Amino acid sequence: MIVLLTRRIVGLIVTLIAVSLLVFAVMALLPGDPAAITLGTSASPETLAALRHDMGLDQPLFIRYGHWLAGALTGNLGKSYTYGVPVAGLIVERLAVTLPLAVLAIILSILIAVPLGVAAAARRGGIFDIIATLFSQMSIAVPGFWVALLLILLFSTSLGWMPAGGFPGWGNGLGPALRALILPAVALALPQAGVLTRVTRSAVLETLHEDFARTALAKGLSGGAVLWGHVVPNALVPVLTILGLQFTFLVAGAVLIENVFNLPGLGRLAYQALSQRDIVVMQDVVLFFAGLVITMNFLVDLSYLVIDPRLRSGGTR
Amino acid sequence: MIKFLRPSVGDFARRLAYGAAMSAGLLMLGLTPAEAAKTTLNIGMTVEPTGLDPTIAAPVAIGQVTWQNVYEGLVAIDESGKIVPQLAKSWDISPDGLTYTFKLQTGVKFHDGEPFDSTAAKFALDRARDSKSVNPQKRFFATITSIDTPDPETLVLHLSSPTGSLLYWLGWPSSVMVGPKSAANDKTTPVGTGPFKFSAWAKGDHVELVKNPDYWNKSVDVKLDKVTFRFISDPQAEAAALKAGDLDAFPEFAAPELMSSFDGDAQLMTKVGNTELKVVAGMNNTRKPFDDKRVRQALMMALDRKTIIDGAWSGFGTAIGSHYTPNDPGYQDLTGTLPYDPAKAKALLAEAGYPNGFTFTIKTPQMAYAPRSAQVMQAMFADIGVTMNIEPTEFPAKWVQDVFTGRDYDMTIVAHAEPLDIDIYSRDPYYFNYKNPTFNELMKKIQLTADPAAQNKLYGEAQGILAEDAPSLFLFVMPKLGVWDKKLKGLWENEPIPSNVLTNVSWED
Repeated sequence: MIVLLTRRIVGLIVTLIAVSLLVFAVMALLPGDPAAITLGTSASPETLAALRHDMGLDQPLFIRYGHWLAGALTGNLGKSYTYGVPVAGLIVERLAVTLPLAVLAIILSILIAVPLGVAAAARRGGIFDIIATLFSQMSIAVPGFWVALLLILLFSTSLGWMPAGGFPGWGNGLGPALRALILPAVALALPQAGVLTRVTRSAVLETLHEDFARTALAKGLSGGAVLWGHVVPNALVPVLTILGLQFTFLVAGAVLIENVFNLPGLGRLAYQALSQRDIVVMQDVVLFFAGLVITMNFLVDLSYLVIDPRLRSGGTR
Repeated sequence: MIKFLRPSVGDFARRLAYGAAMSAGLLMLGLTPAEAAKTTLNIGMTVEPTGLDPTIAAPVAIGQVTWQNVYEGLVAIDESGKIVPQLAKSWDISPDGLTYTFKLQTGVKFHDGEPFDSTAAKFALDRARDSKSVNPQKRFFATITSIDTPDPETLVLHLSSPTGSLLYWLGWPSSVMVGPKSAANDKTTPVGTGPFKFSAWAKGDHVELVKNPDYWNKSVDVKLDKVTFRFISDPQAEAAALKAGDLDAFPEFAAPELMSSFDGDAQLMTKVGNTELKVVAGMNNTRKPFDDKRVRQALMMALDRKTIIDGAWSGFGTAIGSHYTPNDPGYQDLTGTLPYDPAKAKALLAEAGYPNGFTFTIKTPQMAYAPRSAQVMQAMFADIGVTMNIEPTEFPAKWVQDVFTGRDYDMTIVAHAEPLDIDIYSRDPYYFNYKNPTFNELMKKIQLTADPAAQNKLYGEAQGILAEDAPSLFLFVMPKLGVWDKKLKGLWENEPIPSNVLTNVSWED
């Protein structure tokens, strides 16, 4: 168990360092000089040289990589070229939007998908099954940003119930902040709910045929009790795995939705940093995403260990 | 199977209803929008500024938030493009044009309490012209050799040669007065002498300014207590924010094709004004066949500017004949110099040795006006037998590297934002690779005089040379598409300098 854990953690760190090297190399290869972008179309070569020096862009690549890595290891992620503030603070500020948004979207997709998927499986071929199939096919096929535009048209422009975008900040109270996040969360949740409905339906169907379900029924438990007490909890294991993976997709993949709703989230930060060639921010954000995915996978693996005692012994997976 | 599960359905329905009730409850959270008190303003901008100090970075968005609101200059440019006194109440130029003596306002304080006097002014100008300065317009200060401060209210600039545009340049965002103690932090917490103080910046979302109660200029009555600049890059989202009432104004609305969607709106009105943004298709003047004036003229005559404006910007915009806008002093309408005439264009091409046309590539940034203009131009060039390939080029990064710095291109298209920048055609090196000694001489002469009438005459001659020589294809001036609340007064309709001046903005009761 300890050996297994240690091996996994070492692997995690090695992967992160490899990712950092790759990210740095890709950023160095990208065309576009951040200093030239800052100074615009009037700057003289001397001014450009002065700014490149200020930004540390005149140093050799390996020294810049060393500085960045050493900084990242000690918690100093460097300063944004364009905003002029520490990147760590920027990432935290943006996470304060993206994380709640992802959590809200996950909760919404569970609220939609689990009841629908269970109902569809419980009455296979029935009305709920048809609704579930239609819903999951449509929500997977229709792009999220288009749903987002429709939501804005209906709830903001026509009805005026919701803000059309932007984020007031948590400092202005829970209500306004949640209001700003609800429409984007719905737009993000729908495609996820489609996938989740399918997974839930097939997992429940599969579990319904297991011996323990039949035994429980034979012992005289009601159908509902068997379904919610025995079948659903067991069927949720694969569902939770998918949820764990979806969460990283939601955090990293909300760029389009954040743009449509003009939310200052992490995805939009990455997008802006790329167009401004704010290399430090780009590097840090990509490293953060990579770390998140790697850590999530690690946690999913750990959860298997918790769920399935057979995996705990030998460490031979 | 069905029978086996039937009892669960009622249970499920209960749970579903409970879930629905929960969701509805969540949706109801704060559904009533707060009624905005009429001393606040929510103003929209397409681009978020990168830093808030216009003296260390070029993007115009920086000035659009801070210039005249947070920071002020020795002089300012007013709505009609005229130079007006500001922190300098008067000035005197020596007859040889080499000494500028400014009398400064008294009792002026920066937002952090530091006094503004000649020492502070000297600091700001020295910082801008220092050898280590990263001021994007450092060349403005190149002829200043020394600065004297005989007393706190007097500032004397000594120049190495007469610089006729100096006063105008001192009115630019890049020349604003910054405080000796606060300048280093202006990028994130700007401190100026203006009517508004910086209060907060939620990066990626908005910048907040509040009224400066100690503003020195008692002759103006600042009505707004709080202004929030919100940054929205998506045109659909911009329109939605306006219609939903999240924004009171969008002075530079980015989607001309959506302008008509505001027609008949009870709350909003639209205003179309002029900007300084000149959309030009620059050519590499040393590269064949663009090194031949006849070819450049032929390309210009192949273009119907009106059709381009219709196709690219929904008919909004003003056709231009040179690198000069109707806002600028001494403007001449030169669209008739090389008018749309495909037959004559073909003849000119044949004369230059291209009877069957030629093929070249245009590097097009992604901003909406560029690919749209390029597509219309492509069709018009095809009419005279010229094939133009369109190569999308990411702006700013790749464009700056390939076109601006590398000068590795045939033709490109971009909107030049800087006011009165006709002198870029005399700069060497500059991406057009245009070299014309007569034109350069004119640019020098303009600097030798500070007399507006003499300058305007020279600017007229310079416009004539460009219109005739066509180092770029001069297309149109971008409109300032303003959309704002009908009760809002005092926003600028035209834009002689990129800005959102809020000093005189107020709500009508």
